[in-house]
Amino acid sequence: MSLQLDADGRLRHFLTTEGLPRALLTHILDTAESFSGVIGKSVKKVPLLRGRTVINLFFESSTRTRTTFELAAKRLSADVLNVNVATTTIKGESLVDMLHNLEAMQADMFVVRHAESGAAEYIARHVQPGVAVLNAGDGWHAHPTQAMLDVFTIRRHKGAFEPLTVSIVGDIRHSRVARSQIHALNALGTGEVRVVAPRTLLPRDVEGLGVRVHHDLDSGLRDADVVIGLRLQRERMQGALLPSESEYYRRYGLSEARLAVAHPEAIVMHPGPINRGVEIDSDLADGPRSVILEQVTNGIAVRMAVMSLVLGVAPESTPEAT
Amino acid sequence: MSAKLPDVPPLLDRLAAGLEALLADEGRGRCTLVGIHSGGVWLAEALHQRLGLAGAPGALDIAFYRDDLARSGMQARVRPSRLPLTVDDRVVILVDDVLYTGRTVRAALNEVFDYGRPAAVRLAVLVDRPGRELPIAADVAATRLELPAGQRVKLQGPAPLRLVLEGGAP
Repeated sequence: MSLQLDADGRLRHFLTTEGLPRALLTHILDTAESFSGVIGKSVKKVPLLRGRTVINLFFESSTRTRTTFELAAKRLSADVLNVNVATTTIKGESLVDMLHNLEAMQADMFVVRHAESGAAEYIARHVQPGVAVLNAGDGWHAHPTQAMLDVFTIRRHKGAFEPLTVSIVGDIRHSRVARSQIHALNALGTGEVRVVAPRTLLPRDVEGLGVRVHHDLDSGLRDADVVIGLRLQRERMQGALLPSESEYYRRYGLSEARLAVAHPEAIVMHPGPINRGVEIDSDLADGPRSVILEQVTNGIAVRMAVMSLVLGVAPESTPEAT
Repeated sequence: MSAKLPDVPPLLDRLAAGLEALLADEGRGRCTLVGIHSGGVWLAEALHQRLGLAGAPGALDIAFYRDDLARSGMQARVRPSRLPLTVDDRVVILVDDVLYTGRTVRAALNEVFDYGRPAAVRLAVLVDRPGRELPIAADVAATRLELPAGQRVKLQGPAPLRLVLEGGAP
């Protein structure tokens, strides 16, 4: 855990929401709130990271996540390189050699997406001091900026976390997003965090995450203030974890009718991309309860906040000039 | 050990009088007061009311425009900037508590120009302190103070407003 925090408790890397103190998470949310104002200006940029170089290092392709990180870095005036390692061979170079080569190009930050859990942490252990690593999703482990944009969206709609019941519905077992959301929601003091899924899609240690487990959608959604649907990977059907898409939708698919038991002002979220008619019905995804597109917009401000915080870590504080 | 600092109310009277003259020159209807966080915002709000200007004053937090992020890190709390009107073709009057190195004003100028192209930008400060690192000067200043390099003077507020010293002499 100390890998991502410096001696003063400030963020050096952003690898996971697990174990981060509430004050730090709130600081990220407050900073993101300030950055959301940047979008209202005629020039939608600030010069905060001018002259810094951000490298998007994607071992697993994800156009949407890469694009929002790229836009966030550009809104901060950083120079951005996209290295798509999934489609280019490393030509015998080891990962660490490749990192050192990229560092030799004066990289200040790596945004890492990788199919293996722990990849971002491995890279963070091998970069030079002063180079920051942001985890843009690693295996089943963590997707911390996605979780932060989700809690940012929740805070904007609901205010305080303490009175809230948040229900996360779907494939918890294989979801790095759900894991990061649960850690962030618990750290922020959320009243009750529920997971709703069939037994085959729950991790073995699920109670240890600090959640209430429901296998039935009606009981899982009852009086919920926030409902988060998760993406269902189609290969789970072939892996015999689920009988069929239609059976899944019948038991766990979100729709206006199924949400009748939730709080009347419940909001509906999804990290995207959506399998319409599998995890969520189109009328609900596009309806007034849905904040799914807001999540995408908020993702830019949240990533700007995290990037500026990790590159703004200074060894010693100097007084503000006037 | 601290020097005797002037009281704020008489300085505010002087600043308001200087701004009255500036508003008369520029045309009141074209002018927008914009305070720089934190002291400048308190002053802009007080002056806006006293001068009977329409609308609401603007506020800038220049944290995202600072040139020393790598040295001093992100501030603990950044308040969103708000400019109440379009700045295009308006006279923006920046208000701050202390003008010293000029770096804060430089950052504020950069931010204002990201909102549009004002007709002119003027600067009003409560305290003008020698030590400029940039070619920036105040159009209106209520007082001038000379302090040792290691000391800072800043405005505390919002009520009551008072000047305080921070840091010791070198």
